[in-house]
Amino acid sequence: MQKEADLTSHSAEEPNRRDFIVIAAQAFAAVGAAVALWPFIHQMNPDASTQAQASIEVDLSPIREGQAITVSWRGKPVFIRNRTADEVKAARAVRLADLKDPLARNDAMPERTRATDENRTKSGKENWLVLVGICTHLGCIPKGQSMGDARGDYGGWFCPCHGSHYDTAGRIRFGPAPHNLEVPPYEFLSATQIKIG
Amino acid sequence: MASHESTFRPTSRAGKWIDERLPLPRMMHGQFVDFPTPRNINYLWTTGGLLTFFLGVQIATGIVLAMHYVPTAADAFNSVEHIRRDVNYGWLIRNIHAVGASFFFVAAYIHIARGLYYGSYKNPREVLWILGVILFLLMMATAFMGYSLPWGQMSFWAVTVITNLFSSIDAVIPGLGTRIVQWLWGGYSVSSATLTRFYALHYLLPFAIAGVVGLHIWALHVVGQNNPTGLDIKSASDAVPMTPYAVMKDVFALSVFVLLFAWFVFYLPDYLGHADNYIEANPLSTPPHIVPEWYFLPYYAILRAIPDKLLGVIAMFSSILLLIFVPWLDTSRVRSAKYRPVYKWFFWLFVVSVIALGYLGSKPAEGEYVWWARVFTAYYFLHLLVVLPIVGVMETARPLPRSIAESVLGKAAPKQRAGAGGVS
Repeated sequence: MQKEADLTSHSAEEPNRRDFIVIAAQAFAAVGAAVALWPFIHQMNPDASTQAQASIEVDLSPIREGQAITVSWRGKPVFIRNRTADEVKAARAVRLADLKDPLARNDAMPERTRATDENRTKSGKENWLVLVGICTHLGCIPKGQSMGDARGDYGGWFCPCHGSHYDTAGRIRFGPAPHNLEVPPYEFLSATQIKIG
Repeated sequence: MASHESTFRPTSRAGKWIDERLPLPRMMHGQFVDFPTPRNINYLWTTGGLLTFFLGVQIATGIVLAMHYVPTAADAFNSVEHIRRDVNYGWLIRNIHAVGASFFFVAAYIHIARGLYYGSYKNPREVLWILGVILFLLMMATAFMGYSLPWGQMSFWAVTVITNLFSSIDAVIPGLGTRIVQWLWGGYSVSSATLTRFYALHYLLPFAIAGVVGLHIWALHVVGQNNPTGLDIKSASDAVPMTPYAVMKDVFALSVFVLLFAWFVFYLPDYLGHADNYIEANPLSTPPHIVPEWYFLPYYAILRAIPDKLLGVIAMFSSILLLIFVPWLDTSRVRSAKYRPVYKWFFWLFVVSVIALGYLGSKPAEGEYVWWARVFTAYYFLHLLVVLPIVGVMETARPLPRSIAESVLGKAAPKQRAGAGGVS
């Protein structure tokens, strides 16, 4: 009994070999448990079949000036708007200082790019605005795609859930949303054909 | 567990045989038959029994529904209609489950308010109270995931909005919030993968709740029940055996509550729901006015009252997590608000605030609705963080009765019968 008490005593001045073995074994078990846990966590991330739906092609020819369509990309709605000259002019006239979110949020550009209308469209195709149609507040779909929709105080989109107003470049101007609507990666394959993703 | 003289006497040979090997009947007898119950508990003390009953109802009906429900985005909506129209008595079981969730919350809110009014969270019941807050959180998670399963428009957009709450973490660590949200979804938007995992968890969590209920009752039976006076049981004349006294009271309250429940199940099964949830989920169109189920409205109002995304989310979660600290925030040495003339008013103001927030949560987030939501949100937090600590110190409590028996019988309480602890 006496001997056993000595071996497990923590009042000993020097850590002994047994202390070392115990700590090493515990550390090994902890790392092992963490490694074993990872597959159970990672299985919840987007799977291969979801990631495979990476890109879609869209024909723009039926969209007249002032009209907009919504397509589905990776399960998310993508807004494609053929903006009128007035809408483009309005978007370009905005001073950057008036923007709530100064960043372009354009997946094709560096992260710190400023949110000018030019940085959110393709040069030479300024009338076309392509956006992920998900409010950056809590994920509702803003109104403004159909002709009869409310488009908010800035003529772009209006989110009915919590009242965020976006302008004609899809930038947040008023309301709880923290960011501009995201511009997905896309390219023009021809004058009337784009590939998103 | 609270010690009391056991009256358990197994008489049969089989009874004695099992008592020497696994004294489960002895334990049940000690905890639920001759367990000393304060003689003065009122009908608010029947809500614990109601909650246990509804947990059982939800599990029983839920298992049956799981036999007919299909947890995929393509079939979920139709399978619920199939249950309502084709499955034998499916309409009844589905209505009991859907209305049962609401009544579960009715009972829970009364139970929580009861605890707050009578100071049931105070020493030595802190762990009991914290287990209750954990149960409340588990209930909310279960109800939220259950609401996603019918895969109607409200289901879909409720899941979208609530899971997106985690994207607010992006404001602290850019990208992390989005990663968490995509992990929860199993995709880049709410999808069939999301529905299936919510279904699995919705089936699991009630059993976790049942486990924590076991701990909650264990903790309750260690320290004993609180009562309207907030006094401890000091002598035998302060208590009655749980069976038949408290059990009969529970059964009567349950009968009345179930009558009301049945009225909703049979005549108003959709009254507490939302019509838009009978439109199948459409990921490309958000309904113009989305609201959560009624029992989440106060928290939704708090979320929307704060104009900043991250702070709104923090306020909403802390409105519940703060309850964990109530045993230490309340500085009063008197448990029951019955003897706290000042605090009593603040308590009712708190109740009014929560109800007002619930009303405001159902209204669009604009104009004066937002303004009022801010006022009541402010009071919600002021109550917990300022009123509870300060009033507890400032207030002079009314004189307490000397014992539970005296509060019931007046000065003529049989003091002489008191075996022990007659001193107050």
